[in-house]
Amino acid sequence: MEIVLSLGIGLFAASGVWLLLRPRTFQVVLGLSLLTYAVNLFIFAMGRLRVGAPPVLEAGADAARIADPVPQALVLTALVISFALTALFLVVLLAARGITGSDHVDGREPGA
Amino acid sequence: MSAASDHLAVLPIVLPIAASGLMLLLDERRSRLKAAISLATTTALLATALALAWGAMDAPQVYRLGNWVAPYGIVLVVDRLSAMMLVLTGVLGLAALVFAVARWDRAGPRFHALFLLLLMGVNGAFLTGDLFNLFVFFEVMLAASYGLVLHGSGEARIRAGLTYIAVNLIASLFFLVGVSLIYGTMGTLNMADLARRLSGPAGPEAGLFEAGCAVLGIAFLIKCSAWPLGFWLAPTYAAASAPAAAILAILSKVGVYVVARLSLLLFGTGASAGFGQGWLLAGGLATVAYGTIGILAARDLTRAAAYAVMISSGTVLAALGTGSRPALSGALFYLVGSTLAAGALFLLAEILQRGRDPAAASLAVFADEYRDPFDDEGASETGRAIPAAVAIVGGGFLLCTLMLAGLPPLAGFVGKLAMFSGLAAGAMTPVAWGFVLVLTLSSLGTLMPLVRLGIQGFWVPHEGPDPVIGRLEFTALAGLLAVCLGLTLWGGAGLAYTDRTVAWLAQPDAYVRAVLGGGAP
Repeated sequence: MEIVLSLGIGLFAASGVWLLLRPRTFQVVLGLSLLTYAVNLFIFAMGRLRVGAPPVLEAGADAARIADPVPQALVLTALVISFALTALFLVVLLAARGITGSDHVDGREPGA
Repeated sequence: MSAASDHLAVLPIVLPIAASGLMLLLDERRSRLKAAISLATTTALLATALALAWGAMDAPQVYRLGNWVAPYGIVLVVDRLSAMMLVLTGVLGLAALVFAVARWDRAGPRFHALFLLLLMGVNGAFLTGDLFNLFVFFEVMLAASYGLVLHGSGEARIRAGLTYIAVNLIASLFFLVGVSLIYGTMGTLNMADLARRLSGPAGPEAGLFEAGCAVLGIAFLIKCSAWPLGFWLAPTYAAASAPAAAILAILSKVGVYVVARLSLLLFGTGASAGFGQGWLLAGGLATVAYGTIGILAARDLTRAAAYAVMISSGTVLAALGTGSRPALSGALFYLVGSTLAAGALFLLAEILQRGRDPAAASLAVFADEYRDPFDDEGASETGRAIPAAVAIVGGGFLLCTLMLAGLPPLAGFVGKLAMFSGLAAGAMTPVAWGFVLVLTLSSLGTLMPLVRLGIQGFWVPHEGPDPVIGRLEFTALAGLLAVCLGLTLWGGAGLAYTDRTVAWLAQPDAYVRAVLGGGAP
């Protein structure tokens, strides 16, 4: 399971970085989203991977059979924040597209 | 935890967000009312910051949110360093706001809400004692700053804003990776708890922990625009509207603050002592060098001010990297003065450039974007020229130049001299000589372009009317410059304050005791 998760994170991050370095603004947004997925999975993994261990503490429960709830809470916060900021970034991209008439990250077509 | 004064520590966060929420309920047409609420809130923030600084003079105040005990709950810690930064934010925020009320707040919708939200994020970042809470305040601050950079609209701002947002979103991802690595290795995100665990012997995952701290450090170094992570700063700050740029000057200092706080708290003593110090020194000096070259090449005043912000961040980072306590004290003093002067320079530059190009002053600001038709009967503050406006602007410019270049007799010089003499108190290694050399050259490199731009701005005859300055704008500028002068006059008291701040920062165990209670092992 560990190898699958780390390969997944690596794949997300690699595709994200590649897209981030592309010249079109939409690709940049997609790249940022993929990188966010990678980072969120990474935070989740920092609570260690456990199968069948709920993050809920009950009276008399064995601490060894419980997953760490803190990284899961952190992931939730990070998700919400990155989602909101991606939406905000999209608005700025649309404004840039509208004002400059180009979806190139420099605001003008190369060679133009 | 019962007296009303105990809850003072949470006011710098609660007050602006409440006022900011209130702003959203008010119609855009009621700009006078909004400005009044905004001014009242910011004044109250400054007063709170001063009261907190007074209270934190001897012992730090720890505020437990929801009365949850640290390290399980989140704490706000008001110590001498965070109180000093709160006061700096208050002064700069008030000046920028007064300047904006003269006319810039009407260049686009929701200026006041964004401005207050930004102050809330900055204050929260200075106060919090928890790394993940710091992330949240960082994001609040950044989200508000994205809006403020775009305030006033226009193609240049949107283009610069695009880069700014992209870079800072990536920095936030670094932040998250660093925070989660630290949690994964240490099992806590409370700063005091981290420091306590680090004071023991190094664990098996110390390497991974240091890697996490390094990744976290990259996020903050992007924020304080250390070379080579700071190429975004100059175009963004130069494109932003003047009051936004002035308050953004404090944003890069948030990065400096966090780096200073964490490196002194976590790496002052204990298992990982001195981690990253060499990098800070090298990065800081490279930032100063890059900023100096940038300011030499600057062709207008806003860009020069942006590079001055960069130089000031780099200087403090380098002083932190030398590991010399008296030098750090001088650097903190320098940080306050140079931030205020850079903020004032942004405001001055706008006034000067307004005079330069009369057509652009009225068109570029208000073209193509929001303008309320009901707002027109309000008298425009810009139209009323104070006699001798040029003399006032010129005098202010002179003060800013002396402050930023670090020339006698102003506070910039006091700070630099304190850094040099602090270094000279120890052994003068080649590294220390290099530090002195780079900083002295950067003084020269700051002076030359500012003098050149000053000659262009004031003495070269030009077409069009002279710059005019509104009463409110004059008040804002005069206030900032008066604080700069005050720093000079009471430089001894200021340095004594930063000396004691550094002495406090050098005892991480005192911080740990204050937050976790005396009984902590």
